[in-house]
Amino acid sequence: MENIKIEGTTKTPNVEFNKETGELIIQGRSIPENSIDFYKPLIDWIDAYALQPAGATTVHMRLEYFNTSSSKCIFDVFKKLESIKKSGKDIAVNWHYEEDDEDMLEAGEDYDAIIDLEFKMVMVPER
Amino acid sequence: MTQIQEVFDLYDSMERKNIMLSFKGDMSTDLLTSILQLIENKLDRFGESPKIKRRMFNILVECLQNLYHHIDQPPLAADGKPRPSVIVMIAKNITGYSIITGNYVLNDNAEALKNRLEEINGMTADEVKKLYKSVLADGKMSDKGGGGLGMIDIARKSGEKLDFGFIPFEDGSTFFSLNVKVKQD
Repeated sequence: MENIKIEGTTKTPNVEFNKETGELIIQGRSIPENSIDFYKPLIDWIDAYALQPAGATTVHMRLEYFNTSSSKCIFDVFKKLESIKKSGKDIAVNWHYEEDDEDMLEAGEDYDAIIDLEFKMVMVPER
Repeated sequence: MTQIQEVFDLYDSMERKNIMLSFKGDMSTDLLTSILQLIENKLDRFGESPKIKRRMFNILVECLQNLYHHIDQPPLAADGKPRPSVIVMIAKNITGYSIITGNYVLNDNAEALKNRLEEINGMTADEVKKLYKSVLADGKMSDKGGGGLGMIDIARKSGEKLDFGFIPFEDGSTFFSLNVKVKQD
């Protein structure tokens, strides 16, 4: 199993998943027409990672925009991580939002309400 | 009426309605990207707040992707006729912006869509938020990856009632139009 490193595009985010450090980063815009195509390999990776996860896993979500098609896939990513947590591992999610971006803060709070993971809302200055 | 007059009347009508962008044709991924870029640049030039820019961008993505995914083929168009096209208009007005879309759906699907939109319009902001969370958490996903969240998200981000209409035709198709308002603070 290889670490994942995907460069962002105008419609898809930067992704860096590192199995040794347990750092999972998704950053940028996630507005593809077909988000399943994009997220399927990420979800498969987490399935494989779940067999031998790092002692602690930290997810860094730094999204600028995401569409509703991505929001379902992001939900699936969190669900996979939730099951790793249930096996006794530490999983933390840092949900970044820009100062003034109430919608992004709310989106993080939505996930926090329906997913059994530790969410930390991290405010970052506006670009 | 001369052709020149028709073109001018169309132009004049759009000008008076402050249409910033108008497109009629097939929606493609490339076009979708171009429209998003164009509007993003325009909003920058207008000096709009980050909040308005984000809301416009989010709602526009959902509206355009709805057009891309959910346009139906009326039965008649199956006999070699071209796929029906869509229309998109973005207008600036005193209170903010309007994103107007129009596309054909099958009569059978129109009913379900209408019920869905009426249900959303009958809800308070809190209820729309709750509905969003429950649809997100139900784990179901359409083959296009949407899972029925699009209209809920549009209503939530707009904060205004959705303005919509249906014109049924005898060939089994219905023209569906949606007007989403994005208000300035």
